[in-house]
Amino acid sequence: MTEHLPALQVVIPLMAAPLCALLRPGRIAWMLAMTACTLCLLIAALLLERVLAEGVISYAMGNWPAPWGIEYRIDTVNAYMLLLVTMIGAVVMAFARPTLEQRAHLSKRKQPWFYTTYLLCLTGLLGMIITGDAFNVFVFLEISSLSSYVLISIGRDRRALTAAYQYLIMGTIGATFILIGIGFLYVMTGTLNMLDLAARLPAVADTRTVRAAFAFLTIGISLKLALFPLHLWLPNAYAYAPSAVTAFLAATATKVAIYVMLRFFFTIFGAQFSFETMGLDAILLPLALAGIFSASVVAIFQTNVKRMLAYSSVAQIGYMILGISLVSVTGLTATISHLFNHALMKGTLFMALGCVSYQIGAVRLDRLAGIGRTMPWTMGAFVIGGLSLIGVPLTAGFVSKWLLILGALERGWWPVALLVLLTSLLAVIYIWRVVEVAYFRPAPEDRKIGEAPLVLLIPTWTLALANLYFGLDTSLNAGVARLAAQSLLGVTQ
Amino acid sequence: MNPEALLLLALFIPLLSALFIAANDAHPNRRELATLLASLLLLGVVLSLLPVVASGARPTVDLFEFASGLPLRLSVEPLGMLFAAVAALLWPLNSLYSIGYMRGNQEQHQTRFYVCFAIAIASAIGIAFSGNLLTLFIFYETLTLSTYPLVTHKGNADAMRAGRLYLGILIGTSIGLLLLAIIWTGLIAGTLEFTPGGILAGKMEGPTVAILLALYMFGIGKAALMPFHRWLPAAMVAPTPVSALLHAVAVVKAGVFTVMKVVVYVFGIDFLAVTGASQWLIWVAALTLLLASIVALTKDNLKARLAYSTVSQLSYVVLGAALATSMGVIGGSMQIVMHAMGKITLFFCAGAIYTAAHKTEISQLDGLGRVMPFTFGAFLIGALSIIGLPPLGGSWSKWYLLMGAADTGQLVMIAVLIISSLLNVAYLLPIVGRGFFAPTPAHDPDTAHHPDPHPASTADNQHATAGSPPPDGNRIHEAPLACVVPLCLTAFGCVLLFFYADPLYELLATIVRTTP
Repeated sequence: MTEHLPALQVVIPLMAAPLCALLRPGRIAWMLAMTACTLCLLIAALLLERVLAEGVISYAMGNWPAPWGIEYRIDTVNAYMLLLVTMIGAVVMAFARPTLEQRAHLSKRKQPWFYTTYLLCLTGLLGMIITGDAFNVFVFLEISSLSSYVLISIGRDRRALTAAYQYLIMGTIGATFILIGIGFLYVMTGTLNMLDLAARLPAVADTRTVRAAFAFLTIGISLKLALFPLHLWLPNAYAYAPSAVTAFLAATATKVAIYVMLRFFFTIFGAQFSFETMGLDAILLPLALAGIFSASVVAIFQTNVKRMLAYSSVAQIGYMILGISLVSVTGLTATISHLFNHALMKGTLFMALGCVSYQIGAVRLDRLAGIGRTMPWTMGAFVIGGLSLIGVPLTAGFVSKWLLILGALERGWWPVALLVLLTSLLAVIYIWRVVEVAYFRPAPEDRKIGEAPLVLLIPTWTLALANLYFGLDTSLNAGVARLAAQSLLGVTQ
Repeated sequence: MNPEALLLLALFIPLLSALFIAANDAHPNRRELATLLASLLLLGVVLSLLPVVASGARPTVDLFEFASGLPLRLSVEPLGMLFAAVAALLWPLNSLYSIGYMRGNQEQHQTRFYVCFAIAIASAIGIAFSGNLLTLFIFYETLTLSTYPLVTHKGNADAMRAGRLYLGILIGTSIGLLLLAIIWTGLIAGTLEFTPGGILAGKMEGPTVAILLALYMFGIGKAALMPFHRWLPAAMVAPTPVSALLHAVAVVKAGVFTVMKVVVYVFGIDFLAVTGASQWLIWVAALTLLLASIVALTKDNLKARLAYSTVSQLSYVVLGAALATSMGVIGGSMQIVMHAMGKITLFFCAGAIYTAAHKTEISQLDGLGRVMPFTFGAFLIGALSIIGLPPLGGSWSKWYLLMGAADTGQLVMIAVLIISSLLNVAYLLPIVGRGFFAPTPAHDPDTAHHPDPHPASTADNQHATAGSPPPDGNRIHEAPLACVVPLCLTAFGCVLLFFYADPLYELLATIVRTTP
């Protein structure tokens, strides 16, 4: 049984998805989906444990040996990513049900479909992470993308429809570019298995086709991960999607895209080709810095708090790309650590906002007046998430900030280190705008709202406490992250 | 009990008391009892660590492994012991005073107040006992965040603005500069451990030493070195017990303590003396010292004047560190203790005056000394100690600083110290003079006719009409006993410190003597 865990990781949510669609009422479907998510989390934890103890796991799908069949290949990097995605998937799934059932957001008949789509999205994300086959990445990418378009358009706000449409167009262009890139690679090497590709590429590396493939892949993946200036689809999509969907996508979808980037640049093309021959770091670094700075500034001027956090996500993606462009173990560790930490903080923040919108039906800044008093637990979680975003010590965000600055200083990049610190002060500004309104402005007299229900608070606080826990015990988000970075760069301890 | 366990207890007593206080929101008496008990317990624990440290032991506990080879480490050495002892000694007194003040003024959100207070004390203890720069930084930030709700306690627009300045400057400098300095240090020295003699000697040279020192000195915003001093006067919107313990003792002293710690255990005074990297700092400290005193002269609001006085007095410590001589370090460290005792007395008095007579401006204090003789007597003692006159504790720190300046041949600095003492006289003593000797204004026009000009007026007016009759003539009308007793005790402490400065000197001498 345990040797089939890699397959089950993807098969369980994939099978549970259509079953959910058949079940009525929504609550039963939710129970099935929740069970599937929990099982996934369990499997991911077991896989990580096994990888750390025994090294890389290679699983031949349907017993067709690689490189002919599809290989699922799990090393430290993707075991870590699997844990991240399944963890967020399970927590947000617990959070999702009440927000859907409230005020007939989604008619009872349609609720099971939500869980189906959600599980499909999860399947896609997990598949992209676990697979060792380049074409398989594309297939799963499409599964997750198509389902995420649907998830976003479920938003009550009609603008969610245009936001989803925008994302659909941009996402399709991105996916197409990725497909073209993979196609070129296949033409040149005749293989799709990642390891096989890595072995055969150096022989043909100095051809225009491979370089074009590299360019197509870079742009395609950058679109999916919302690298500045290809991020335009993201703020609207996050702002108008239902709270649970925003929390899920913000914490996982872009992270998985960054993982795919790491896989292609480091495992398939190799750091030497990507950064020395193609000089990718010279492109990534300025884009990352511009993204961090501009998105942080734009975030300060948003009146919709969800939109504000969406811009903040663009800035945070910049930090991760910055870590990649350092091309060092510390830099990559910072990136991989921030993938995890950012998922925790943004998950907390978006879920806390979800609680707010559940209670008062809006997330405009001025509507938040006085909720620090009336919803102390919700805002408490928001403040913890915010502090983590700023990078205050004892929160997870501090860990990635520390690593990133260390990485920049190791390279002697003083201005970069200064800019990282400066922009984290911009985060202070936009987070504190919300805190001040929530705590200092009196609540309107006529509004009678109380704390969000416990079913929402428990998942929110689970992630909030995780922010604190992983700020102290960094064996996973810095220790394992470092191992992952070393394995990507091919450095042995 | 072994010292390591005591060390952990010192950190966890205030933290646990915070939980207990939060749980007893509905029972004010039980809540206040918890605060008092915890503070006394902490005092006992910290004092029982004192002989251990004096005998040369350095108990150390590792809490977590932050990164490989970089643990969260608690460790006691004389300087930290001293800071912890000051904080732990003044917390019980201040708790007693808080109870009198908060109840006397019927303040809102008292539970939040005590919870944040306990967390702030835990952070101060954490700073005092931190074994490496990372640990220190973590508690430094917790202290900032836990005091933010205290500064903005009133919850009005003024408090919000002050809170912005407070957080903006303290978080801005610490994340923007201090964190950078710490990571840079780690990269150069390969360790963040506080080591006698410093960890940087021989690892860097030239102007970069001065740059790193500048990152530290301006990064430690809590030391209120100009131009990053504005948060301190702003923080005075907080209730007076907060100003007293946090913004005269815990927070600002955490700042100058960090300065001292960095100079002694990261750079090492010999290294600084050889490279001359701290020369510029002497001048910045001297400038802050004089300018803040001059600004203090212009302030009519009592707490604002005391705040600028604090800014100026903190620079004595920085100056002592910047001199990079053993006398300078001893004088500066002693100043941490002496100024704490003197300044908390002054703030207690300011709060007592506010509670009893609802006066916030110095110009309103005419003749009040005859009504509140204990308060003004204590104020006189505290003021004289800050000025540095014998037989009060403050004279010792000034004396050693003068010796330190003389050691380095900085004649200008001797002049600066003397001028500053004169300025202290000029801005502190008139307050007492007004209280005792100025004629009482006829029929108390301030509260009777004009609405109170100070923003804190709503609470005052209610209280003035509902409360006791206006004090007439020379009848004694002091603040509640819970306010008056602590301030008399701290004033007495100023006197005691003069006679018992020797053990302090001995303890501090060990940190400079161990320098190879």
